[in-house]
Amino acid sequence: MKRYSFLELAKNAFSAHQNWGRQWRSPEPKAEYDVVIVGAGGHGLATAYYLAKQHGIRNVAVIEKGWLGGGNTGRNTTIVRSNYLWEESAALYNHAIGLWQGLSQDLNYNVMYSSRGVMMLAHTVHDVQVAQRHIHANRLAGVQNEWLTPEQAREYCPPLNISKNIRYPVMGAALQRVGGTARHDAVAWGYARGADDLGVDIIQNCAVTGIKRGQDGAVEGVETSKGFIKAKKIGVVAAGHTSTVMDMAGVRMPLESYPLQALVSEPVKPAFPCVVMSNTIHAYISQSDKGELVIGAGTDQFISYSQTGGIHITNHTIDAICELFPHFRRMRMLRNWGGIVDVTPDRSPILSKTPVPGLYVNCGWGTGGFKATPGSGHVFAHTIAKDEPHRINAPFTIDRFRTGRLIDEAAAAAVAH
Amino acid sequence: MLLVYCPHCDVERAETEFSCRGQAHIARPSDPSQTSDEDWVNYLYVRANTKGVYAERWRHIHGCGRFFNAVRDTVSDKFLKFYKAGESMPDLEALAKEAGK
Ligand SMILES: Cc1cc2nc3c(=O)[nH]c(=O)nc-3n(C[C@H](O)[C@H](O)[C@H](O)COP(=O)(O)OP(=O)(O)OC[C@H]3O[C@@H](n4cnc5c(N)ncnc54)[C@H](O)[C@@H]3O)c2cc1C
Ligand SMILES: [Zn+2]
Repeated sequence: MKRYSFLELAKNAFSAHQNWGRQWRSPEPKAEYDVVIVGAGGHGLATAYYLAKQHGIRNVAVIEKGWLGGGNTGRNTTIVRSNYLWEESAALYNHAIGLWQGLSQDLNYNVMYSSRGVMMLAHTVHDVQVAQRHIHANRLAGVQNEWLTPEQAREYCPPLNISKNIRYPVMGAALQRVGGTARHDAVAWGYARGADDLGVDIIQNCAVTGIKRGQDGAVEGVETSKGFIKAKKIGVVAAGHTSTVMDMAGVRMPLESYPLQALVSEPVKPAFPCVVMSNTIHAYISQSDKGELVIGAGTDQFISYSQTGGIHITNHTIDAICELFPHFRRMRMLRNWGGIVDVTPDRSPILSKTPVPGLYVNCGWGTGGFKATPGSGHVFAHTIAKDEPHRINAPFTIDRFRTGRLIDEAAAAAVAH
Repeated sequence: MLLVYCPHCDVERAETEFSCRGQAHIARPSDPSQTSDEDWVNYLYVRANTKGVYAERWRHIHGCGRFFNAVRDTVSDKFLKFYKAGESMPDLEALAKEAGK
């Protein structure tokens, strides 16, 4: 792999940047792999990268029905934070925060992780109580999170309207300074380039259409649009399509897939210093380095695979944003889109072995899995390589829905990115 | 936004008058003490999450307040049928064929 450096940048300037090499190969699938990963989103690619890098398992394919990073990884609003309520979740998301901090260096790829701070607004007495409970729980779990009064919140984010005479007045905010954003595409591309360099085959435009199991029930390989591929182990990392892929192996999942929408404005000069989110009114906003306001909305109320959502959902978000940040009222929106997010009953992910030997699943990240990408890939690779979970993902089994040991972020975090 | 038909009121209205309540025809185990853990998991948590033709519950919350069921294609979001709660599940395959799926 040609390492990127200042010297390379300077050299390539002389040829007008026309001679940069390809970042990864486009190989034809081999007949057999030690591990096949279904889905080349950030989580699948990170899994392959850590399998090769940390566990020396390099005969790996990542099979993607579309283009890599074209699923939720390329559609999300890129908020990164770790101030979840329960210890299990805080440990998982904090593990990711640790990896985010050195990720650009590790991958030799600028993922533009920017810890500009994530501020979560409280609009009601209930919001205030929930946020303060989170802050106390986080403090005990060693996770950064602090309380701001409305005045302090406006100091941190000057465009914020803290008038008491608005529909959703700001009663305070929880701030995680180490939270922020990262460039979603660069995360997928950086992991793809790193994995490819270690020998992983990334096979795009190839849908998995079946999972073959042997006499003993264990996996034997995957049927794909490019033919049968033998595999000793299979890791399903298919986000909104997890239920359909797991059905192929006869495993029914506790998941429902909903459309979730985002939109971006025309680019403007830097006007917004941090990330602001409000779970109560489903509004999420930050400004990308290109200058666009990146705005996230809520999910539709019904399951769907349409990759579009109802216009009343985005309207509701825009209404709230116009009130909270009145000077954005005249901004024009450039694009909006939807992604299909897979939601579990307790709103926590599943990173787990399955009843089928050799089949592993990483799903249920719902509306908020981008932030976990490095940590998720890291512990899932461990789970596949060792055939047992890493300490951090051990609580996130499928079996928790039978034992009752739920990790109930649904009640705790409402729905949060 | 979807247009939803309430078979009780016999009107078609904007989706915002309704609330969607998930997969239809999931029967509560009739003998709880004899029900296995697996069956409880299936009842409480496991969902078909069908990509394609699927039956789901709706409630006309800002109208008559009553529950009914609908068959919808979850890829196009087109409704194929509405029927009252208590009526048996229609033949989903036949409906899919009719709709040219
Ligand atoms: C609008 C929106 C906003 C969001 N905002 C945030 C946020 O601010 N912060 C945050 O942390 N998270 C956010 N999320 C959630 C986050 O995007 C996801 O949790 C995360 O990106 C999931 O990554 P993934 O790699 O598991 O899935 P994906 O990137 O969706 O990858 C799954 C891949 O599997 C492929 N696939 C599916 N079926 C098959 C098959 N049969 N064969 C082959 N390949 C298949 C798909 O094509 C896809 O590329 C948001 C999501 C959306 C939609
Ligand atoms: Zn009605």
